[in-house]
Amino acid sequence: MKASSKIVPQKISKADSMPKHFEASFANRFSKDENNQYIIAQQYIIEAITCLQIEDNFSILLDITAIDYLTCKHECPSRFALVYILRDTSFLQTVRIKTYLHDAKLEIQSISSLFAIANWAEREVWDQYGICFTNHPNLKRMLNHKEFIGHPLRKDYPITQGQFCTKTDDLMDEMIPKLENKGFTSHEDLMFLNLGPAHPASHGTIRTFCALEGETIISAVAEIGYLHRGFEKSCENHTYNQIIPYTDRLNYCSAILNNIAFAHTVEGMLGVSVPQRAQFIRVLIGELSRIIDHLVCLAANLVDMGALTNYWYLFNPREAVYDLLSKLTGARLTNSYMRIGGMAHDLYDGFNEDLQECIKQIQNGVADTLSLIEHNRIFHDRTQDVGVIKAEKALNLGLSGPNLRASGIAYDIRKTAPYYNYESFDFDIAIGSVGDVYDRMMVRFEEIRQSIRIINQAMKQIPQGPILVADNAISLPDKKDVYGNIEGLMNQFKLIYEGVKVPAMEYYNAIEGANGELGFYIISDGSGTPYKVKVRPPCFPAMAAYADIIEGGMIADAVLTLGSLNIVAGELDR
Amino acid sequence: MAVGAEAIFGDSVITTKLDNAISWARESSMWPYIFGTACCAIEFMSVASSKYDISRFGAEVVRFSPRQADLMIVAGTISYKQGPILKRIYDQMSEPKWVISMGACACSGGFYDNYTTMQGIDAIIPVDVYVAGCPPRPEGILDALMKIQEIQKNESIIKDRTTKNFKGRLDA
Repeated sequence: MKASSKIVPQKISKADSMPKHFEASFANRFSKDENNQYIIAQQYIIEAITCLQIEDNFSILLDITAIDYLTCKHECPSRFALVYILRDTSFLQTVRIKTYLHDAKLEIQSISSLFAIANWAEREVWDQYGICFTNHPNLKRMLNHKEFIGHPLRKDYPITQGQFCTKTDDLMDEMIPKLENKGFTSHEDLMFLNLGPAHPASHGTIRTFCALEGETIISAVAEIGYLHRGFEKSCENHTYNQIIPYTDRLNYCSAILNNIAFAHTVEGMLGVSVPQRAQFIRVLIGELSRIIDHLVCLAANLVDMGALTNYWYLFNPREAVYDLLSKLTGARLTNSYMRIGGMAHDLYDGFNEDLQECIKQIQNGVADTLSLIEHNRIFHDRTQDVGVIKAEKALNLGLSGPNLRASGIAYDIRKTAPYYNYESFDFDIAIGSVGDVYDRMMVRFEEIRQSIRIINQAMKQIPQGPILVADNAISLPDKKDVYGNIEGLMNQFKLIYEGVKVPAMEYYNAIEGANGELGFYIISDGSGTPYKVKVRPPCFPAMAAYADIIEGGMIADAVLTLGSLNIVAGELDR
Repeated sequence: MAVGAEAIFGDSVITTKLDNAISWARESSMWPYIFGTACCAIEFMSVASSKYDISRFGAEVVRFSPRQADLMIVAGTISYKQGPILKRIYDQMSEPKWVISMGACACSGGFYDNYTTMQGIDAIIPVDVYVAGCPPRPEGILDALMKIQEIQKNESIIKDRTTKNFKGRLDA
């Protein structure tokens, strides 16, 4: 593992990475809508995406999602549309391809042969919207249970209509073909084992169904959705500021980073940027959240390999940060500190001293832990060359964040598309060289150090000033205005009852979450409630790849691999 | 004035009821099984770590096998998909057993009033103590643990604790 800022992606200007080949070869077949999305007819979808992937280097598939325009105010060409979001390998551009489904059977060709991640992404779209992907290897439910009837994200599915599940899927329908592919016609010599969903090392709710020969995993199938909490459907029924508490519970180890990602995206749609002081506070608290997220990941990972003492070394500083956050926000874990257009309130007096104390504790905890493991033979043997993901594969899988950087690719949105003055802070991107469990852990240790560097710089430079956008249509008025004059009262009333009115558009934006690229794709119809919100959770691609990564390894290594990928069920299942 | 065995042997014996002796022994050696699914499980990690230290109340031996545990702490959202698993693990725990429902989601579905979240785990398993909060503070869990200790003090080994009247949605 080495720290370096030199290996940032080569400088390519935005114009260079436009999808030129695509635009040339599809000249008469695409149109561009007001949201800068390419609209193409559904029969060209494979051809278009292949062209983007191979000729224009858009070889990272960020997400696939569908839109149900049933209750949309303006007229649409068809009820359902599909959106593919791709990113190019210089990490500077995203491109969105949209296609309207005119076909009554709602069928479209699968792109799972082009992108590994498309397999799961398409399954989710089928599960939630009922759109069929032809030639998909295994189109079955993903987030909802096997007995579920209907497609919950369709606008005509009532939000509260729950359906009891009586039996868990045995997953043999996926396991048997997988084993046959590997040449196992009989299963008598194999032992089948469920790792999770209720297992201490399964991070709450992740299920991996393994076929074992001795302790070696011959074949594995992962199942998710046990913590599917209907985030996206809930968003469609709440105003923008009411969604902030829901975002807390996506990646609950770093709640504030999710707040920031969501608020930042909505502010992008509104076309405003928060005042400088608010930006600095977001950097400060955001980096602190990144640190405590890494602390939990590392602590849990070390417990999984039996190094229990480190759990206390790393968890105590987290407690110190909890104290600071509850002083600042009123909550330990689920802070809901951000608002559209700024944040709930300013820093308190004496914040700097508390912060310095936290940083000291974090540094001590990290130093204590490293002194136990850095030159520890057992630690090295357990982590090095285990769960290896090579750079090229990591890109193809769509990994991001520390998991991708551990494979040696210095992609960090704070560097490639800086927001909140990140370009002015002096910090390095930590990258690994092998892409194994060791690198993923050490990259996180290094990122804790780098985050502390950023915090120290931000704390020195933080300006005075307002923390909310000065716009009555976005920010709540002061309480003295609410109680003191009729205009303030009206603003308060309108904002609470109707929400922040966001202009009608379809918009994607991402920030660097603790786990990687945390993106939101939001569709607004001009009202105070989003028409649709799709999260692009950073650990979804990692989980999609997990079953293949652990095949051929030992079962004890599978546990470490899962821990080092830092799968957080809240954002994975949403 | 001592009578019976105490009169004969003096201070070297204490007589009590068997029920009292067993619940005295059990009180400070609850073995929890953490059914942790979401944010509440992260707060449970705090309860178990050194600052709040659940071992002060004798419940630090967290078992991840339901057959070795007598206190189930359901920490986190239970979706309909998770339901059969929760039920199965609860059934695998041997009697006597107690259940703490930790946090808004487990108690009532919390603010996830939607198609996928079970609106309270008491639809499928009986619950002894509910803890409010999203997530509750660690003190809340310690309080719930003490409440369970209080409840089990009044139990009797000759009475069946299983709530025969309880019929969950997944019970046949």
